[in-house]
Amino acid sequence: MAGPVLEMRSISKSFPGVKALSEVNLSVSAGEVHALCGENGAGKSTLMKVLSGVYPHGSYEGEILFEGEPCRFKDIRASEQRGIVIIHQELALVPYLSIAENVFLGNEHASRGIISWHRTLTHAAELLRRIGLDESPQTRVADLGVGKQQLVEIAKALAKKVKLLILDEPTAALNDEDSLKLLDLILELKAQGIACVVISHKLNEIARVADTVTVLRDGRAVETIAIGPEGISEERIIRGMVGRDLEHRYPERTRNIGEVAFEVEDWSVRHPIDQQRMVVDGASLNVRRGEIVGIAGLMGAGRTELAMSVFGRSYGRWAAGTVRLHGREIRTRTVPEAIGHGIAYVTEDRKQLGLNLIDDISRNISLSALGKVARFGRVDRHEEARVAESFRRTMNIKAPTVFTRTGTLSGGNQQKVVLSKWIFAGPEVLILDEPTRGIDIGAKAEIYTVIAELAAQGKAVLVISSELPELLGLCDRIYTMAEGRITGEVDRADATQESLMRLMTMSAASSNEQV
Amino acid sequence: MAQTEIIPDSSPKAPQAGPSPSLGGALARALRGNVRQYGMLVALALIVLLFQIWTDGILLQPLNITNLIQQNGYILILAIGMMIVIVAGHIDLSVGSLAAFVGAAAAVMMVKHHVPWPAAMLGALAIGALAGAWQGFWIAYLGIPSFIVTLAGMLLFRGGTQILLQGQSVAPFPKGFQNISSGFLPEVGPHTDYHNLTLLLGLAVLGVAILQEVRGRRRTASYGLELLPLGLFLAKLAVVTAAVLVFTLLLASYHGVPIVLLILGALLVGFGYLMRNSIIGRHTYAIGGNEAAAELSGVKSKRVVFLAFTTMGVLAALAGLVFAARLNAGTPQAGINFELEAIAAAFIGGASASGGVGTVLGAIIGGLVLGVLNNGMSLVGIGTDYQQVIKGLVLLAAVGFDVYNKRRAGS
Repeated sequence: MAGPVLEMRSISKSFPGVKALSEVNLSVSAGEVHALCGENGAGKSTLMKVLSGVYPHGSYEGEILFEGEPCRFKDIRASEQRGIVIIHQELALVPYLSIAENVFLGNEHASRGIISWHRTLTHAAELLRRIGLDESPQTRVADLGVGKQQLVEIAKALAKKVKLLILDEPTAALNDEDSLKLLDLILELKAQGIACVVISHKLNEIARVADTVTVLRDGRAVETIAIGPEGISEERIIRGMVGRDLEHRYPERTRNIGEVAFEVEDWSVRHPIDQQRMVVDGASLNVRRGEIVGIAGLMGAGRTELAMSVFGRSYGRWAAGTVRLHGREIRTRTVPEAIGHGIAYVTEDRKQLGLNLIDDISRNISLSALGKVARFGRVDRHEEARVAESFRRTMNIKAPTVFTRTGTLSGGNQQKVVLSKWIFAGPEVLILDEPTRGIDIGAKAEIYTVIAELAAQGKAVLVISSELPELLGLCDRIYTMAEGRITGEVDRADATQESLMRLMTMSAASSNEQV
Repeated sequence: MAQTEIIPDSSPKAPQAGPSPSLGGALARALRGNVRQYGMLVALALIVLLFQIWTDGILLQPLNITNLIQQNGYILILAIGMMIVIVAGHIDLSVGSLAAFVGAAAAVMMVKHHVPWPAAMLGALAIGALAGAWQGFWIAYLGIPSFIVTLAGMLLFRGGTQILLQGQSVAPFPKGFQNISSGFLPEVGPHTDYHNLTLLLGLAVLGVAILQEVRGRRRTASYGLELLPLGLFLAKLAVVTAAVLVFTLLLASYHGVPIVLLILGALLVGFGYLMRNSIIGRHTYAIGGNEAAAELSGVKSKRVVFLAFTTMGVLAALAGLVFAARLNAGTPQAGINFELEAIAAAFIGGASASGGVGTVLGAIIGGLVLGVLNNGMSLVGIGTDYQQVIKGLVLLAAVGFDVYNKRRAGS
C-alpha cells in the first residue's frame, strides 16, 4: 500500500466546558477503508468536521496533511476542492430537483452562469454507471428510496473528483439489502483508488469492509488496529470502545422497589416520512415503583423515538402497542393525556424541545403545570416565582434570580430547569432522555442525586443514555436497543460494558440467529 | 456561552430585601429587561415633544388630542389583536378587509334592513368571530401558513365587501351608532370649566393605578423577591400621576372622554390582563417562543392559535364598526392598508418577528408613535408622500435597534 494520503496530527478541539478531542492522530493510506468507531460523543463526528473544514482552521489545534501538504481549510468548499468530501448521516439532497441537478449542485457544468444540460446529463449518466445506479439522471430525487439517495450522494462526491470520501453512518437508514450494496460500492471505490473513512456503529459491517479501525473514546484515539487477512472479531472492537473509566461517583441508594408501575407492550412506530421503515419494532418494557431502569443503545437505535412516541405520540406514526399504568391500560395519544396520567418526558434536546429560551426560569418551570399556580385561569405570578425560587435553591440552579432568561444559562443549569419543570408537574413515571448530555461533571453528579431521590420517592424512572458507565452506576435494570428492537434486558448485577455493547451492536440478522 | 454569576445559597425562607443595589444599577437593570418598551415610550415622548414645539403647541391642544384618539382608535384596536397573533408566531394580513366587510355588513343591516343598531353591532361582532375562526381553522388545524390563509382572507373579505355593498356606499347610520366613534361621555353635574365625568374618571383611574402598584409591591416584598428601590418606585408613581392628571385635564377642558377611548381602555386592561396573567395568555407566549417545547409541555397549541385568530376576528370587526361609525357610511374602500398599520404598530411596540415577545401596552405605544407621527406631520404640512417614507424608516429603525440590542446582549 502507498504512503498515507491523509495525516491528522495531534488534533485537539474544545467547546466551552468540554474537551471534544485531545491529541488525536489519524493516518489514512491511499486506497484504504478506515473505520472510526466509538460510543456516542466519543468525538468521531467532531474529528471529521475538523477534517472537512466545518470547524475552520484556527478553531482547533494540530496539523492536517493531505497528500503530503499541510491544509488549512476555512470551510467545506475548501476541503472539497482538495478532494475531501463528507457525506452526512442526514442526506443533503434537494428532493424536488433531478439526480443530475443534485449531483452537480454548486458544481455546475456551466459557462458564464448558463448551465449546459447536455454535458450535465451525459456526465451524470456516466457517474451513475460508475456507482451502479440504474436510474435516469432526470429522475427526481424525491422519487428514489433512501438507499438510492445515498448512492446519489456518492455520485455527487465523485463529481467533485473525490480522493477521500468520509461516510458518517452510511447504512443507518438503509435496509439490509441496500446496506450490502453500499458496502460493495465502498470496496469498488477502494479498488479505483479512493480512500474512505467510515463512521459506523455496525461492527459486522466494519469487519466486512475496513482495512484499519481507529477507536475513539472520550476524544482520544485509544487504538488503531490493522485488520489482517484473518479479519477482526467484533469483541476486539468492543473492548476498545468501552474501556471507559467509571469516573463519576454515583449516589448511594437504598433500593425500595415496588410493584410494576409502568409497562409498554409491543410498541411499534413508523418513520414519519418513510412509512415503510419501522423505527421502533415491537418494543416491550416495564418499570417498577422506585426503580431506575436504563435503555442503552447507539445512535439510531430508536430509544428517543420510543420514548417520544409513548409520550403523546410526539414522534413518527404509531403502528401498534399499548401502555399500562399500574396494570390498567391508559391512553397517551396526546401530550396532555400523557401528562394527565402522570408521565413526564425530559427531552434529550433541551434547546429545541425542552425550553423556551427567550423566557425566564420561572415561566419555564411552571409551563407544564400552570394550573398548579393558577386559580380560575389566572396565573399567580408571585406564587409562580416562589415555586421557581424553591427549585432554584433545591436544584442549585446557578442564576442571579428566577427571572433570568434560560437562554443565558449554561447547559447544566438549563437541564436543571427542564428537570424542575417536570418534577413540578408531579409525575409518577419519568422518562429522562440523555439527562446529562453535554453538561459538566459537577452538574452531572447533582443530576444523579436528583434522579436517585425521585426513585426513593417511589417514582418509576426510565433513563435513556449513551454513556454505559452512567447506566451501570445509576440503574437497577437495563434494556438494550438496536435497530428499533429491544435486544436484551440485563440486571445491574449481571451487566458489564462489554455485555451491553454486544447487545447494542447486535444487528437484526444476528439477533434472529440467536432466537 | 454566557457565564452566569454563581450566587451562594442565601438563608432560606427569610424574606430578604435583597442586597440593596445602587439606584443606578437597579435603574439600569429595570430598563435592560424592557429596553424596547421603555425605549419606545421615551421615543414616543420625544416625538410628542418634537411636534409640540414644531407645531407651536397645536399638537397637545385638547381638540387635537381628541382628534388623535378618534383618528387612531381603530388602528389601535387592530394593533392589540395583531400583537396577540404575532406573539403566537403568526401574522394576519386580512384585518383591513375584514374590518371593511364587517362595517359593510353592519351598514346593510342597519340601513337596508332597519335592524336596531345594538343588534347590528352584536351581529357584526359575531361575523368577525366567525371569519376569524374560519381562518384559525385553516391555520391551526390544517397547518397552512397564516401568511397564505390571511392573504386569501384579504381577497375574500375585500371581494365580499364589494358584493355586499354592490360598489356603493351605504349611509347614514343612526346617531347611537355614530357615537361609538365620535361620541363623548355625557356632561353631568354642576357647570364647571371642565368636563365633570372626565375629571372623576381620571381620578378613579389614577387611584386604581396607584393602589395596584402599591399592592403589587407589597406582595412582591412578602414573597422576598427583589424590589425596585423606594426612590425609583416613588419617581415612577410621580410620573404616572403627572401623566394621568395632565391627560385628564386636557380632555376635560374639551368635550371630555371620547367613547372610543373608553373602548380602548377596556381592551387594553382586559387583553393586557389576559396576556399577562391568564393561562391561555401564557400558553400563547410559550408557543411563540418555542412551539415544539410548548407542545411537549402539554400546551394545546392548535387550540390556542385557533382562539388567537378568532379573537383577532372579533377585534377586526370592532375596528370595522368604529371606522364605519366615524365615516358614517359603509364603503367598499374602508380599511385599505389597515393591516399594514397594525402590523407596523405591533413591531414598533416591541413584538418579535419570530414570535413569543410583545405586550398589549407595547402595541398601543407603537400605534401611538405612528399616530402622532401622522398627525404631527400633517399639522406641519408634510405631504403624505414623505409621511410614508418617514414611517417606513421609523419602522425599520425601531426593529433594527431591537435586533442590534439583542445581538449585543449576546443571545
